[in-house]
Amino acid sequence: MFKDKDRYLSIVLISPSIIAVLIFIYGFIAWSVRVSLSEWKGLTPDYTFAKLNNYINLFSDPRFQVDIRNTLIFTGVFVVGSIVLGFFMAVMLDQGLKGEGFFRSLFLFPMAISYIVTGVVWRWLMNPAEGDRISGLNLLFSNLNLDFLINKWHTTETWGIAAIALAAIWQMSGYTMALYLAGLRSIPIELREAAQIDGATELQIYRHIMLPLLAPVTLSALIILGHMSLKVFDLIVAVAGKQLPLDVPAIYMWQTTFDGLFYGRGAAIGILLLISVAVLIIPYIRYTLKTETQA
Amino acid sequence: MNKKIFALLSVLMIASLALAACGGGAKKVEVFSWWTGGGEAAGLDAMIKIFNAKYPSVEFINAAVAGGAGTNARAVLATRLQAGDPPDSWQGHAGQELIGTYVAGKQIQPLNDLYEAEGWLDVMPETLIPLISQDGNIYSVPVNIHRANVMWYNPKVLADNGVAVPTTMDEWLAAMDTLKAAGVTPLALGEQWTKLHLMETVLLGSLGADKYNGLWDGSTDWGSAEVTAALENYAKVLTYTNSDSTSLSWQDAAQLVINGDAAFNVMGDWAAGYFIELGKTAMTDYGWAPVPGTVGVFQFLSDSFVLAVGAPNEEAAMDWLKVAGSKEGQEAFNPVKGSICARTDCDKSLFGEYLQSAMDDWSSNVVVGSLTHGVVANDSWKSEIDTALGLFIQDGDLAKFQAALVAACAASGPCK
Repeated sequence: MFKDKDRYLSIVLISPSIIAVLIFIYGFIAWSVRVSLSEWKGLTPDYTFAKLNNYINLFSDPRFQVDIRNTLIFTGVFVVGSIVLGFFMAVMLDQGLKGEGFFRSLFLFPMAISYIVTGVVWRWLMNPAEGDRISGLNLLFSNLNLDFLINKWHTTETWGIAAIALAAIWQMSGYTMALYLAGLRSIPIELREAAQIDGATELQIYRHIMLPLLAPVTLSALIILGHMSLKVFDLIVAVAGKQLPLDVPAIYMWQTTFDGLFYGRGAAIGILLLISVAVLIIPYIRYTLKTETQA
Repeated sequence: MNKKIFALLSVLMIASLALAACGGGAKKVEVFSWWTGGGEAAGLDAMIKIFNAKYPSVEFINAAVAGGAGTNARAVLATRLQAGDPPDSWQGHAGQELIGTYVAGKQIQPLNDLYEAEGWLDVMPETLIPLISQDGNIYSVPVNIHRANVMWYNPKVLADNGVAVPTTMDEWLAAMDTLKAAGVTPLALGEQWTKLHLMETVLLGSLGADKYNGLWDGSTDWGSAEVTAALENYAKVLTYTNSDSTSLSWQDAAQLVINGDAAFNVMGDWAAGYFIELGKTAMTDYGWAPVPGTVGVFQFLSDSFVLAVGAPNEEAAMDWLKVAGSKEGQEAFNPVKGSICARTDCDKSLFGEYLQSAMDDWSSNVVVGSLTHGVVANDSWKSEIDTALGLFIQDGDLAKFQAALVAACAASGPCK
C-alpha cells in the first residue's frame, strides 16, 4: 500500500520533465524529420512531401562532400590527439611527482573555457600572415630560427581543418587526462608489483597490463570526444568564420537554413547529424546502463 | 546580453498586449530593426525624435534586436511572422532580400500610393525604383544608401610605382602586374563574403550595367561566353591578392591599404567611416574611385522599411514611413550613420568629403543593385552563389563554377 503510494508520487513528480522531454526533444525530432522530407524553401512552411530528395541531393552536393571530408579529418586528428596526449599526461602525473595537484588543475583548466574564447585566442596564435605582418606562433618560430615550422595553419589547403583540431586538442586533452588518471588510480598496485617481480619492463607493464585494463576508459573517451567533434561549430566559427574551406555539417545546416531559407535541406542535415551521433551514443548508453544495473 | 534583450522583448510584447487589452486607445507603432549600436542606433534615435515631434500622440516602440547584419533579428522576425504577430514595420535590405522573402510570403504591402502622395518618385533616382519593386509595386522605403563598387587605394603606393588610378578592367590588370613585379601586394582581400563582394563588382565591370542587370532578371544567360569572360577576369583578379585572405576581416583588408602593405581594396563605402575612425585623411592616406569598368555606375545597397500586411497600427506605421522617407528624417539619420540619403535633395554640407562625392554620383549615375548585400537576388539564390564561389576558390575549376551558377539561377532565380 505504502509502496504503491510511493510509486504513484514518484510518477507524478517526474511527469513534468517527461512531458517536457517528450515535446521539446522527441516531438521536435519528429517535426525535423517531417521538415526534412518536405520541399520547404522560403519563409512560409511548405510541407509538400519530397520523399528522400533532400537526403539524396545532399550526397551529390559538392559542399556536403567537403563537409564529410572535413569532419573525418577533424575527428581523426582531434580524437587521436586528445587520447594520446591525455594518456601521456596521465602517466606522467601518475609517477608521483611533486605538485601533482597543481599540474592536474593546470591541464584541466582549458576545459573550463568556452570554445569561443579558445577560438579567439587560437585565431591570434595561428595567424597565417607572411612577411612584415607575421605574428602569433609564426612570429615565435621566426624569432627562434625555426623557420621550417612556419605554416599557413587553418588556411592550409585541404588540411586546414586539422589546425582547428589542434585548438580542440588543447582544450580537451586535460579532460582526457583526468579520465585516464582516475582509471590508472583504480588499478591495484599489486598488479604492477606482480609484473615487476616477474621481470616486466615499464613499457611492458603499460602495454600489457595498464592499457588493457584502461580499455573502458578509452572507450568512454572515444565516444565523448567523437560526438563532440561531429557537432563542432562554435570553435570553427570563432577561428575562421563561416567559410567554405573549413565547412562542417553544422555550419552548412545553419547557413542553408537561416541564410538561404532551405528549411528542408537544413532539417535533412540536422537529422543526418543526429543519426551519426546516435550511432556513437546509443550503444554506449546501453553498455553503461547494463554495467550500472549489474553493479 | 541576448537573454536580456529577449527578456526585454517579451516584457515589451506582454506590455503591448496588456495595453491593447485595456483598450485605452493610446496610439502606438512598433518598428523592428537591428540597429542597436554605434552610428546606426544614434541615427535611428535621431529619426525617432523627429517622429515624436511630428506625431506626439503616437507612442514609438523601438523593437531592435542586436546582432551583426541582422542575423538574430531576422530569426526573431521569422518566428513572429510565422506566429501571426508582425511588428508594424521592419528593417531589411532593399530589393530582393525583402521581396523574395516577404512578398512571396504575402507579408508586406505595396507602397505606391505613399510614394506618389509624398512625391518620392521625383526625388529618388529613376533607375532605383525597379530595383525595389516587383511587378510594378514598390515594397519598401529606403532610408540610406551605401555604394558597393568602390575601389580604395593608397595614393603613395601608386605614386611610388608610377601607377595611375585605373578606370578600365585592362588598365587595372596592367597596373596590378606592375605592382606585383615591384613586390607590392596589388589587391587586399578578406574572408569569403568580401570575395563575393569583389566578384559582383568585377562582373559589373566586365559586363556593363545592362548585361549585369540582365543576370538578375534572366535576360543575360549565365552560361554565355560573356559571363565566362567576366569570370575569367575575376579569376585573374584573384591572383593578385594576399595569400592570407581567409583569415582577414574586411577591416583587416582595408587596413592593408592604409598601411601601405597593399595598393587596392574593393569594399563598400562604409570603409570611409572606418578610415575616418582611424584618423586618416582623405586623398592623402586613402583615395577612392569606382571599381575599374564601372565608372558612371552606382552599385547600391540600402536599409529600408516596409509596411506589414495586417499591421496592428497601420496608420501610425504609414506616419513612420513618411518620416523615414522625408528629407528631414534622412538628413538626421545619414550623417550619423555614415551613409548618403536615398533622396537626391539632401543638404550636401552635412556630409564629409567622400560622402559628398558619392551624393554627386548617386544623383547622376546609372543605379544597379548589389548581390552580396541583398538587392538583386533572393536569399536562397544568393546563398547558392556563395557556396558555388566557395567551392571555386577551393578547386579553381571555372567551368564547374559557371555550371553551378547556371544551376543556381534555374533553381532559385528567374532562369528557366
